[in-house]
Amino acid sequence: MSSGGLFEHFTYIVTVFLMVAGLYVVISRGNLIKKLVGLAVFQTSVYLLYIAPGKLIGGTAPILAPQYTVYSNPLPHVLILTAIVVGVATLALGLAITVRIKETYGTIEEDEITAADNAVQATEDAKS
Amino acid sequence: MENDLVLRVIGKLVIPFILLFALYVQFHGDYGPGGGFQAGTILAAGIVFYALIYGLDKARRIIPDRLVEAMLAAGVLLFAGVGVAGLLLGGNFLDYFVLDKDPIHGQHRGIFWVEAGVHITVCGVMLKIFYMFASRGQRKDDEE
Amino acid sequence: MAFTVLVLARTRNLFAVVVLFGIYSFLMATVFVALDAVDVAMTEAAVGAGVSTVLLLGALHLCKSEEIRPVHRPWLPLLLSLATAALLIHGAMGLPDFADPNAPIHQHVAPRYLQNEVDVPNVVTAVLASFRGYDTLGETTVVFTAGAGIIALLRRRKYKMEGRDRDGK
Repeated sequence: MSSGGLFEHFTYIVTVFLMVAGLYVVISRGNLIKKLVGLAVFQTSVYLLYIAPGKLIGGTAPILAPQYTVYSNPLPHVLILTAIVVGVATLALGLAITVRIKETYGTIEEDEITAADNAVQATEDAKS
Repeated sequence: MENDLVLRVIGKLVIPFILLFALYVQFHGDYGPGGGFQAGTILAAGIVFYALIYGLDKARRIIPDRLVEAMLAAGVLLFAGVGVAGLLLGGNFLDYFVLDKDPIHGQHRGIFWVEAGVHITVCGVMLKIFYMFASRGQRKDDEE
Repeated sequence: MAFTVLVLARTRNLFAVVVLFGIYSFLMATVFVALDAVDVAMTEAAVGAGVSTVLLLGALHLCKSEEIRPVHRPWLPLLLSLATAALLIHGAMGLPDFADPNAPIHQHVAPRYLQNEVDVPNVVTAVLASFRGYDTLGETTVVFTAGAGIIALLRRRKYKMEGRDRDGK
């Protein structure tokens, strides 16, 4: 179905690179705020994944005007608009949880939080 | 930051334009890029800018907490209300064709109110989140 | 943009990470304009480079820390990421070419939307508010729920001045 080599699929390569970079930040760093930033990078790369195939070369933005006949596809724009707003809602909730974690544990590094949890679990097991 | 002259002057010049631009984007959403989400965010950004320069208390006095919380819910209710109005006038839920004698004009009305509802909710949520984060830090500084 | 993300992954100072994220969002908005997605670009610029950065800065002010040096060598995540990338690129080769007018997404639903039954020139707003208004109702509810959740998480109860717990649960 598709005949092109690497060049026609250039946008997909960029998208995959950004996606994997975001994924790497999420799974390899322990700091909670950095993880959330990595997640946001991942989300924006997904937006690119949806919008890039919608463009037609020689087309224009999907606002109807008498002098243009070819428009880029408006359907991905609608979906991604919703996705962006939902993404910022998720980010805000994640940050609120991070602030509460900081106040309770005193740290936002994942390793230290797990260690604190294990210590509390060990003392509870020793008591019972 | 209240004593910084440059920031205060720039704030007085720029903030009315930001608020006006938010309203422009909202109402011209039909004819150009824009619509409820963008306009709500820009309005919230203008008020956040004011709060950053003049302090959170002054911003709270102008737009109190109760108003922001009411805005959160009012927008969703407005949206749902337009849908129910479609039901009451004989069509489906969120059907705009029955809102006016001329169906195309009904579409315009429906889209207008729906975008207004979205604008109010988005602005309310962004402002509320900013208030929450900022006041959490303030209380901490007071107690330490 | 790729360079920004690479530097973002390596930096340990969290303030620099937040600023880099703002730059990345803004560059992404510019790319959207180049791809003819003007509504999306406006929203991404306002929401990503505006509100997200402000929220991150607010949370950073409340958390006040820097990232520690990682304890384990990050070979396994790097390997996993590269493997995922290879798999995704292999899959993406089967997708239609860039800006191909015969791609399936241009055939079915989009021509009907572009025929302007609704007499609103901005097709994206028309689709968002009228053709797919139900989705927009759901999305507004999601935003409302996020606001309510943040109120539930971060609200301080009014407590007496003497000796109560700080979080006042």
